[in-house]
Amino acid sequence: MDHYYHRSHLPRFKEIAEGSKELADAFFKYYDSVFAEGALTTREKALIALAVASTVQCPYCIDAYTTACLESGSDLEQMTEAVHVATAIRGGASLVHGVQMLDQVKRVTM
Amino acid sequence: MISLDTIESSQLAAEGPRATSSLKSRAIPLVHPEEQLRVLDAADITGGPTNSGRFGLDLAASGWPRLKPDRLEIVQINLGKLCNMTCMHCHVDSGPDRTEENMDRATVDACLQAIDRSGAQVVDLTGGAPELNPNFEYLVEACVSRGLRVLDRCNLTVLLTRRCEHLPEWFAKRGVEIICSLPHHRKIGTDAQRGDGTYAKSIKALRRLNAVGYGYGDPDRQLTLVTNPVGAYLVGNQASLEREWKTSLAHNHDVSFDRLLTLNNLPMSRYLEWLMDTNQVDTYLSKLLQAFNPATIAGLMCRNVLSIGWDGHLYDCDFNQQLEMRMDIPRPHVADFNLSIWQSHSIRTARHCYGCTAGAGSSCGGAIT
Repeated sequence: MDHYYHRSHLPRFKEIAEGSKELADAFFKYYDSVFAEGALTTREKALIALAVASTVQCPYCIDAYTTACLESGSDLEQMTEAVHVATAIRGGASLVHGVQMLDQVKRVTM
Repeated sequence: MISLDTIESSQLAAEGPRATSSLKSRAIPLVHPEEQLRVLDAADITGGPTNSGRFGLDLAASGWPRLKPDRLEIVQINLGKLCNMTCMHCHVDSGPDRTEENMDRATVDACLQAIDRSGAQVVDLTGGAPELNPNFEYLVEACVSRGLRVLDRCNLTVLLTRRCEHLPEWFAKRGVEIICSLPHHRKIGTDAQRGDGTYAKSIKALRRLNAVGYGYGDPDRQLTLVTNPVGAYLVGNQASLEREWKTSLAHNHDVSFDRLLTLNNLPMSRYLEWLMDTNQVDTYLSKLLQAFNPATIAGLMCRNVLSIGWDGHLYDCDFNQQLEMRMDIPRPHVADFNLSIWQSHSIRTARHCYGCTAGAGSSCGGAIT
């Protein structure tokens, strides 16, 4: 294996049950319940998943939830806005720490 | 063959959006159905109950050793290949240049006689843009006067052409159900698949249909929209999409409609060309196979539809028609139609059929399960 990420790992995801069927079954049952149509639609959940996928930078999730977004009826503009929401929160999270920096600067400088 | 002198091709081309050009106009090998079937058969695919990629074996493994008709409910007539639009995914290879293959009056009359012998209560008109056939209104009138339910599969933009702008009101007076193609409720996907400007024209046409009473729950003014994926993925949940589409079209455009049908794209004609160009034939077919759902088989449209081509030949569905897979009976022509022969024949299948059995299933009536 000369690199870490393999496209074939995504369809093989359920092989993770080899080490513990009980935990895998529990996880996938929970996972399916999370993405079922509920108070949020499957389309809304897929958009959230896509945004989170870009944040955790998981190539498997980005592939899977790009398709899930399209299949559940989102288009490129909507999906791009979802990724920008993740980007804004991520950038904002850095920037808001700047206030801590600001306070520290004020404390230690004249 | 009839002269279509009432239709000015150049005017259609000017008025109709286009996303591509017809395979026929480019004279490429894929224009031939046998080449399309060869490409499908050559695809390296996995999935399905037998993992063989043979639709007949997967049917047999699902308890259907022979695919038989159920009850004939719908006569679907393809009035011809002429269309004002040229969409990326068209399984008919329609376009403004297809002026030759269109149904003449004698064949229309033979269709009416076959309908009388069939016991079907629904007549489903498709094309091309069926409204562009000079015999269209004659056929609709004849069906309505027989008390039959008439469905018009409409591309929406044709209703804005000078030739057809009277049709919304004309349909409303006759209770014709309008089944309209609209791949997405927003602009970007719709225009990508059907050509720039399609979305704006489609919304304008929907407003005209709303203005004459279509789309507000009246059983005699039914307005149905049909969505199919703008790419190489399966269509989503019909009920869930319908709720979102209704909200979106009402909110953004004050447009109302009655129901949404979801269809998968079948790997043939111009959609197959796009799959080949983007190197996705194997992955798309495998996706269909892996989503093979035996619960869709009983409700497949080929079991309750008689499909008639522009020249009167008979088929099990409009897809088989475009692949020139004629019905497996001695004289598959509308003039010779016989209900008991239809009832006992076997439906012809090939790899494209995996498009109708994937996921929730796909038929002219939308999702099956």
